[in-house]
Amino acid sequence: MKSTRESRREGRLFYFFISPWLIGFIVFALFPVLASLYYSFTEYDIIHTPEFIGFGNYTELFKDDQFWNSIKVTLKYTFISVPLTLFLSLIFAILINQKIPFRGLFRTAMYFPSMISGVSMALLWFWVFNPQAGLFNYFLSFFGVGTINWFLDENYAMWALIIMSFWGLGGGMLIFLAGLQGIPAHLLEAAKLDGAGRLRTFWNVTLPLLSPVFLFQLIIGLIDSFQVFTQAYTITQGGPNYSTWFYVYNIYINAFKNFRYGYASAMAWILLIAVTIITFIIMKLSNRYVYYEGGRER
Amino acid sequence: MSNLALTKQLPVKPKKARAEMAQIIGFLILLLVTVAMIMPLWFMLSTSLKTTKEMLAYPPSFIPDHFAWGNFKELFINTDIKFGRQYMNSLIVGVATVIGTVFSSSFVAFGFARYRAKGSTFFFMLVLSTLMLPYPAIMIPQFLLFTKLGLHDSLLPLILPSFFASAYMIFLLKQFFTTLPNELYDAGRIDGCREIRLYWSLTLPLSGPVLATVAIFSFIWSWNDLLAPVLYLDSQENFTLPIGMAAMLSSKFRIAPWNLMMAASLLSVLPIVVLFAIAQRRFVQGIVLTGIK
Repeated sequence: MKSTRESRREGRLFYFFISPWLIGFIVFALFPVLASLYYSFTEYDIIHTPEFIGFGNYTELFKDDQFWNSIKVTLKYTFISVPLTLFLSLIFAILINQKIPFRGLFRTAMYFPSMISGVSMALLWFWVFNPQAGLFNYFLSFFGVGTINWFLDENYAMWALIIMSFWGLGGGMLIFLAGLQGIPAHLLEAAKLDGAGRLRTFWNVTLPLLSPVFLFQLIIGLIDSFQVFTQAYTITQGGPNYSTWFYVYNIYINAFKNFRYGYASAMAWILLIAVTIITFIIMKLSNRYVYYEGGRER
Repeated sequence: MSNLALTKQLPVKPKKARAEMAQIIGFLILLLVTVAMIMPLWFMLSTSLKTTKEMLAYPPSFIPDHFAWGNFKELFINTDIKFGRQYMNSLIVGVATVIGTVFSSSFVAFGFARYRAKGSTFFFMLVLSTLMLPYPAIMIPQFLLFTKLGLHDSLLPLILPSFFASAYMIFLLKQFFTTLPNELYDAGRIDGCREIRLYWSLTLPLSGPVLATVAIFSFIWSWNDLLAPVLYLDSQENFTLPIGMAAMLSSKFRIAPWNLMMAASLLSVLPIVVLFAIAQRRFVQGIVLTGIK
């Protein structure tokens, strides 16, 4: 048992060491969260003082087509890109986990592209999708597909962005691979001895053991795709015809181009609530469907 | 692995043949996918060395007719682009962010790992809860704050927050610090070490690899970040590389200078490739532990 004096000293040391984070948390997280809640009830253009307007921003948002469109665009991207990326990265992780030659090489080649993100990646794919001299249309021409104006055609721009997102699946693949390699060999052997086929073993042993990894990636993937900005800013500027007008791009335009900080703050808060709810729901679902080896932790 | 030999004898012949077939198919799929993944990289490399005329030619050539090394020179001498300056800015922000993140996060993680106090669990939950906090949800008040401090159009708003520890890195480092044995610290205390020295002279030297992971990832995040720089930076001299490169698209060129942009992309990827080459294992570890690519 520690003496009171000792534990008080320990307490002081604890707060001493976490103080940088605590200050940062208050200044760069807590204050902004509360401030944007306040701004969301005001009309604010940075020059004049914020003017309180109650729920004005929110009622305006719900009538704003651009707002609903940005949600539609973001959800479309999310619901196609995230599950497909997850699925593909799992498949490739399983393939690489086989006893095949050049495993290390495949692994590196697959996940190296995921390191190239941000504007470099956006510019590269903008060029790959160039209608006249780009690689992608050239590749499609071998299959008899005519010229597609990827980023100039509202029917294709989103698909181009989704295809682009697959390029970054190497990171997810690596996480699945680590998960697969963490599965105890004795479980797989036991299943084999019990006469379970490959598919059966995968479904009843491998997949449940991977479910925490799956869940983790799903949350990260959803939250990331709610925040797509770089592609819209660099390549499409939300176009053509608002078909890639992502939610965060909408916040950016309203705050930093239209100088409507209050209105944009309302959107920011809706994003915050959406992220919180999604995380919460997935966590709840996981209690039912996710298998944690050795009982439930936490 | 004594029963490995046993299981090897078990499968009957046709099953084995089918398994081999599946492996060959898997291999071929991987081969195709790998080629598809590498292709764009190759396209980037070859375009960066093409003349404007060859860049626009159809079908695209995979190896330039003659290597236009001048593209790389052009990036640095063309005064409309200010590539060198922006590269420098990105390096400054990246290195400063690494220094800030490594020291502040390890300092805080040390506190969480070594000391118990009233509220320590609560505060750690608070750290974890900020992992999911989306930057766009807090960027407006942060922007207004820094603008009021007169830091608009400067690199400081991109650097300063890193000196107040990052939630991901606290989490990562705390996991590691708790594995260090208590006896080590007791011995240190008996030798008369003060607590701050237990952090500085005992913990940090033992944590080289995990600190390297933290450094690499904070550098990459900072290096690739676009949204925060876009909010704060107005003048071309102060742009970081990502904005500078995005701005090349809309700049004064008659034809979009894809060869220059690919050369710029290539150079901007260079630090990451170098880091990757010298510390591939840290990359893998970091991705697996943080889930962030």
